[in-house]
Amino acid sequence: MERVILHSDLNNFYASVECLYNPALREKPVAVAGNPEARHGIVLAKNYAAKACGVATGNPLWMARQKCPDIIFVPPHYELYMKYSKIAKEIYSEYTDQVEPYGLDECWLDVTGSAHLFGDGKTIADKLRERIKFELGVTASVGVSYNKIFAKLGSDMKKPDATTVITSDHFREIVWPLPVSDLLYVGRATHKKLRKYGIQTIGSLAQTEQDFLHSILGQNGVMLWMFANGLDTSPVSNIGAKSLIKSIGNSTTTPRDLITDEDIRITLMVLCESVSARMREYGFVCNTVQIGVRDNELCSYERQGKLSYPNRTAKALLQKSFELYKRHHTSGKPVRSLSVRACNLSLNEYEQLSLLPEISSIQRQEALESAIDNIRNRFGHFSIQTGLQLSDRQLSSLNPKDDHIIHPESFFKN
Amino acid sequence: MARKVFVEVTAKFDTEGKIIPLSLLWEDGTIYEINRVLDVRRAASLKAGGIGIRYTIRIDNKQSYLYFEEPKWFVEAKE
Repeated sequence: MERVILHSDLNNFYASVECLYNPALREKPVAVAGNPEARHGIVLAKNYAAKACGVATGNPLWMARQKCPDIIFVPPHYELYMKYSKIAKEIYSEYTDQVEPYGLDECWLDVTGSAHLFGDGKTIADKLRERIKFELGVTASVGVSYNKIFAKLGSDMKKPDATTVITSDHFREIVWPLPVSDLLYVGRATHKKLRKYGIQTIGSLAQTEQDFLHSILGQNGVMLWMFANGLDTSPVSNIGAKSLIKSIGNSTTTPRDLITDEDIRITLMVLCESVSARMREYGFVCNTVQIGVRDNELCSYERQGKLSYPNRTAKALLQKSFELYKRHHTSGKPVRSLSVRACNLSLNEYEQLSLLPEISSIQRQEALESAIDNIRNRFGHFSIQTGLQLSDRQLSSLNPKDDHIIHPESFFKN
Repeated sequence: MARKVFVEVTAKFDTEGKIIPLSLLWEDGTIYEINRVLDVRRAASLKAGGIGIRYTIRIDNKQSYLYFEEPKWFVEAKE
């Protein structure tokens, strides 16, 4: 039996929420903007009036103002967006238990089993849009199809507040003329490669030999070919299913460029402490540490290294990440943003008592750090800090663990 | 457009967990008894800007909306 999959996308999510809460803004061009003083000064979301002037997500604020002199910038309210996202999921889950979020504002729903209760895909899609408009005061676009890829394509086709149906009978007419870059997982690099071989539309991708795609893109090429031909069979995961955590990371764009090793160490320390505390919360240890560095010319790279012993202490993470930084940051350019990620996780259920001095020193450090976690949970994050962090309060004023953490999830989590 | 006015509300919490507003205190200090709750549903207030549980209430034969936008209550007031 053919599945019925919906993809619901809240239109201009952040900007729509801001405009709902501030009716005076509604007719004006509005962009939700990161804080320029903390150098997060880019457009996070915009409404249609701003879009009409050419303002795009990711534009620096000066560029947005150049394109649209009347634009109004508002700061983001993540708690509000989280609340919206949660209510939207509650609405979805009244129609099916297979609800898979993709970011805060998008969700897939598999309503195959509930169609006999609520009507066909389009009927449910229209009902969802109506309810979201009434109960949340924002609009949604919904794509209806028989696989996740086409459902997502559908939700992008008509905006705002519209339903698009793509059936297995007529998907060739609707999907194939679209530019290949509209397909999920055709990013900048893949797009460039495909263009080189004259593959411009989803249709031409679908009609290309699988073997040829495999030769230029590897396994991904085969996957994209399946997507383009409507052969994606990936399931919509269950709402209660805890996604498997594969890595834990934090990143930050710093309030000023990092120049000295000390600057780098302070920022790495803050990130490592957060990653370490989160690993303790979830009961993981890691084997591999990965850092990401972006310099002031926005050139970025990632490097990783193995720890000698699996563990999760901030001390070990810091040591490893600083070592990676020293080894790989040979350009010496000032650094604008940094990330630390713990990969290769394993559950820390059973711990062996060890006579090795290295392990017992890790265990001592672990006890110390979980005591710090406890103090922070009771008295607030900044109640206890390392001496290093006190040497520059501007850089260490960050609390990545409790500040908004949005976990973007991979499409391929199974 | 309307003004979003937060109001003090006296409410009954029943054993089922339902919350029924009984009266509200207006900005000028008057307490209005809520005669009846006609409808309860989640709704957005486009006029005042907010979302929450919307109570359709009757006060002295006049119908209006009272929103519970946790943890506060508001009404849509004329400018």
